[in-house]
Amino acid sequence: MNGPLKLSLTRRYRFSASHRLHSPNFSEAENQRLYGKCSNPYGHGHNYVLEVTVTGPVDPATGMVANVGELDPFVEREIVEAFDHKYLNEEIPEFGACVPTTENVCREVYRRLKTFPAARLERVRIEETSKNSFEFAG
Amino acid sequence: MEGKGVPGEDAMIRVTRKVEFSAAHYYHNPDFSPEENRRVFGKCNNPHGHGHNYVLEVTVAGEPDPATGMVLDLKELKDILQREIVDRMDHRHLNHEVPELAGKIPTCENIAAVIWNLLAPKIMQGRLDRVRLYESPDLFADCTAESNGTGARA
Repeated sequence: MNGPLKLSLTRRYRFSASHRLHSPNFSEAENQRLYGKCSNPYGHGHNYVLEVTVTGPVDPATGMVANVGELDPFVEREIVEAFDHKYLNEEIPEFGACVPTTENVCREVYRRLKTFPAARLERVRIEETSKNSFEFAG
Repeated sequence: MEGKGVPGEDAMIRVTRKVEFSAAHYYHNPDFSPEENRRVFGKCNNPHGHGHNYVLEVTVAGEPDPATGMVLDLKELKDILQREIVDRMDHRHLNHEVPELAGKIPTCENIAAVIWNLLAPKIMQGRLDRVRLYESPDLFADCTAESNGTGARA
């Protein structure tokens, strides 16, 4: 009944950034039809909420899957400092050739956080607004 | 009612009930030097402790009983949570007053695992699927059965 347990730890972070959904592979009319107001030429912004979930054995010496004291500076450095108050299309090189939908932002955030050394990255979840969210688990 | 095996994924429903409790704790490993405790646990090592409003979400999975339409009686789950968790932990110091946590550092992870072990034998209808414990709105631990989780781990 009581087999081995799996523990994970989830921490929420915030960053605000602007983006524009627009693909050079589509005509202006197609971009407008596909992305609507998200394709307006000067971009727009969101208060993104990022949930980072890590998993692994609980260290008996600390009682922790991962020390928040290590996870926080890692995510701050890798994501928050890089993304906060930026225009994702222009200032994050990976979005030069890739539309910064929140699906793609999830993938990029996952790629950057995957190197966290102290525990296994299980999932990244991003709330673009309080009404929509996106998840990527690798 | 009917003979139940492992419920089919398509027929399975997850039911979640939430409760809150407020408690004090601090992090300290007696095998560490004072400096090491401070370095690893930071302000959580303050010996006088500090507190949180914990939010506990308990998820039970199963097939609804065709006669009642319920996986389990939520009122019963509410009573179990009150008796097993809230009565034990609410307005307590987790390091000193909860025997199940004795000798353990009362992190979110360890508390969630203790809660799992307290609840698992008490859930008679459906099966315990997940214990999610929020220490704050921005930090929570999930406890699930290893065999049930999506992620194999090292």
